Amino acid sequence: MPFVPHTQEDLKAMLDVIGVTTMEDLFADIPANMRPKSFDLPEGMSEMEVCSYFEELAGKNRTDLVSFLGAGFYDHHIPKAVDALISRGEFYTAYTPYQPESSQGTLQAIFEFQTAVCRLLDMDASNASVYDGGSAIFEAMMMAVRATKRNKIVVSEAVSPIYRTMLTSYTSNLNIEFVTVPHMDGMTDIEGLKAAIDDKCAAVVVQNPNFFGNVNDFTELFAHAHEKKALGVISVYPVMQSVLKTPGEMGADITVAEGQSLGQPLSFGGPYLGIMACTEKLVRQMPGRIVGRTEDLEGRTGYVLTLQAREQHIRRAKATSNICSNQALCALRALIHMCLLGPEGLIRTAELSMERTHYLADRLTAIPGVELLNDAPFGNEVAIRLPISAFEAVDKLVERGFVAGVPLGRYYKDMDDVLLVACTEKHTFEQVGILAEMLGGIL
Amino acid sequence: MKTAFAQSVPGRTACLPPMPEERAESFIPKNLLRAKRPALPEMSELDVVRHFTRLSRLNYGVDSNFYPLGSCTMKYNPKFTEQVAALPGFSRLHPLLPQIKSAGLYTQGALEVMYETERMLCELTGMSAFTLHPMAGAHGELTGAMLIAAYHKDKGNKKTKVICPDSAHGTNPASAALAGFEVVNIESKDGMLDPAALDAVLDDDVAALMMTCPNTLGLFEKHLPEIVEKLRKIDALLYYDGANLNAIMGKMRVGDVGFDVVHLNLHKTLATPHGGGGPGAGPVGVSERLKPFLPISRVDKLRDGRLFLNYDYPKSIGFMAPFYGNFGVVLKAYAYILRLGGEGLTRASEYAVLNANYMRKRLEDYLHIPYNRICMHEFVASACDQQASCGVRALDIAKALLDRGYHAPTIYFPLIVKECMMFEPTETESKETLDAFVDDLIEILESAKTDPVALQDAPLKTPVRRLDETKAARSMILIEPA
Repeated sequence: MPFVPHTQEDLKAMLDVIGVTTMEDLFADIPANMRPKSFDLPEGMSEMEVCSYFEELAGKNRTDLVSFLGAGFYDHHIPKAVDALISRGEFYTAYTPYQPESSQGTLQAIFEFQTAVCRLLDMDASNASVYDGGSAIFEAMMMAVRATKRNKIVVSEAVSPIYRTMLTSYTSNLNIEFVTVPHMDGMTDIEGLKAAIDDKCAAVVVQNPNFFGNVNDFTELFAHAHEKKALGVISVYPVMQSVLKTPGEMGADITVAEGQSLGQPLSFGGPYLGIMACTEKLVRQMPGRIVGRTEDLEGRTGYVLTLQAREQHIRRAKATSNICSNQALCALRALIHMCLLGPEGLIRTAELSMERTHYLADRLTAIPGVELLNDAPFGNEVAIRLPISAFEAVDKLVERGFVAGVPLGRYYKDMDDVLLVACTEKHTFEQVGILAEMLGGIL
Repeated sequence: MKTAFAQSVPGRTACLPPMPEERAESFIPKNLLRAKRPALPEMSELDVVRHFTRLSRLNYGVDSNFYPLGSCTMKYNPKFTEQVAALPGFSRLHPLLPQIKSAGLYTQGALEVMYETERMLCELTGMSAFTLHPMAGAHGELTGAMLIAAYHKDKGNKKTKVICPDSAHGTNPASAALAGFEVVNIESKDGMLDPAALDAVLDDDVAALMMTCPNTLGLFEKHLPEIVEKLRKIDALLYYDGANLNAIMGKMRVGDVGFDVVHLNLHKTLATPHGGGGPGAGPVGVSERLKPFLPISRVDKLRDGRLFLNYDYPKSIGFMAPFYGNFGVVLKAYAYILRLGGEGLTRASEYAVLNANYMRKRLEDYLHIPYNRICMHEFVASACDQQASCGVRALDIAKALLDRGYHAPTIYFPLIVKECMMFEPTETESKETLDAFVDDLIEILESAKTDPVALQDAPLKTPVRRLDETKAARSMILIEPA
């Protein structure tokens, strides 16, 4: 019996101790009319059979394509030691660290993760992570609503539309007013955002680099928000953050990020990692697990879950959030990834990715009729306007084994001809060159 | 143990990518760059491997320790499912790839995993449809509460309240509140949901009742049919918290007995690892009348058998996840279902219940068991006698168990039992393991009578002893100082 160790003798001895005759006696509380109307699941399979079935399924997915898809989710190299370490059962078969004396591994790792996040973003405090980059923005927004006791959120249209649709769903039963400030040819409209911040505004939400790949400085915007007693919330891309002006330097109050680019495989959309950090002033408004350093009875350093009065198991309906877990193993992946790359490795990853993207942009804009969406600075992702529909271009190239990028017509009006292209250090200059040539060939 | 930051030596490297030809200043104007490089650890690869290996050894996990943590279903996580999820054909798949070519032509394998898993979860629970998008149990609860809100809004019902029993997980009221509901608590009677207490709060404003069965005391809710009837009369929905599904697979299907919404914890019942707190997955199943409101996208089948992502559900509550949920976790659960089959899943529940009852019976002469009768997959004991007679609390017993190499049971939950200890052994533990644990626990309880102070001092053998939580909250050292 897979994963059940009992012998027939065990079963009999145990039933005897319990004082019943059959296994079914243990389920006597469930009356006959409440038993399953059907239970038509397949018969069990051997491990070998299951594995070959999954290999067959995996083979039905095309992972041989050279892909320039990004849009917030990037295929960076993951050092092999990440997988080796994460496979230790002491990490991945443990529960939430409720008993700190037997969970110091998880607790110290979270403390180190919080430290790494704060040093990367220049923020004071971080939680142990939330589900993903989108739910992190929602939680940040709700923090701002609680902290300011206001309910208007000003959000830039250049914040990922994938996340903005989540925010709309999440707030559908809450009293939150959204004001979306349109982008300007893909650029974040800082003046427009400033103008939209009034004395009902809880927070302004922006992204850097924005969805179109453009890099910004939001220092002035956040200063303006603070004048109006609103908070500045920024969503960032952790790898690029190793070189870009930090949220802390810009004066952000809450910083969130999708941590996928830090050592998480793409895995068709999850599990990923919602990173969340804030200023010291806002710590008590932050949802989720937070680990703090303390001492044991003998004065030795140790770690515990702290500030738990914020949480649902104590506050129930009045908690800062309903969240009761974190993405612990994903956070650990991110931490190990950062330790293996170190500051220089993370910076080089960003630079190698930018190098390829800028080369691609040069090659593409040399094709007649192709231009950049705007002339603002960009990092490792760029939006390009084509003389034909971007869907059509992508469709044609995919048959030759190249996924040219994300067509933006689905997310923005008047953008059927715009393609969002991202490179990472994994692309070769040769692949970039082939993409440019192939695209030139079909236009 | 020193942190990674304290071990950092400037200039030391592990997995350094090659030097770029040009540095950041060539691509980004200087005023948009950070002033200082991030002070992340600089370590050799061996430093990193040794540091995290050592950290791992400070943890208890199912692989190394018996872990009877009630309500958490800490069963064995089969190794082959990890390898299935790591197949490059899945792990390298970009979530936006289905948007190229007919909503999924190049990702048919992944869509098949989702389609089939949804189908199997429907059969397992008797629900009409499932979404795999919720990324954890509490996220499933939120999704479920939002589905309930959408259903009533669509029908023009003005419903503002959700009822939660006092034995419920704290996430239930928190999730209902986040979906915009006012939460009404009701008291249990004899360890059960009390129909009379329910009557006292039932009115036309009630949108739903959130419950779990077996409940958090490990008891089957005997008044369930009556409760279903009462809610039907006022068009209120019944929500099932799937935290305790490991008790009833193959024995009862929540859809058959009148539940409208259910969330499952794949990381509990379906054996995906807990990861030290996540990632989990909290798929939500619904009855026919709630189907139109499920999150988008949905995986649907074309006439020619091809699968595609369908976003055309106008009544949907929208997007709960950036894409399709924690796909990597779903893969493992699906592999587990296929490995066990219907018979194996039923057997899992049977032996989970057998183990819990065996432990309960073996402990009943030593610990007070407030509702001492046939339980389901877990049971609740109380250290109230020990506290009264020798000042030893549930917390002390839990810590003494750590010293013996066991993870502690869940303590002080559910809130309705004083000095509560909740044991859930799961089906994957052998009689020998249970016997050894019970023997050790009995020894601990006996020692409480002669040397209570020793228990109050426990643990002594763990990497650290009891930690000062007040100091942690007061000093708020949340990161390594620079």
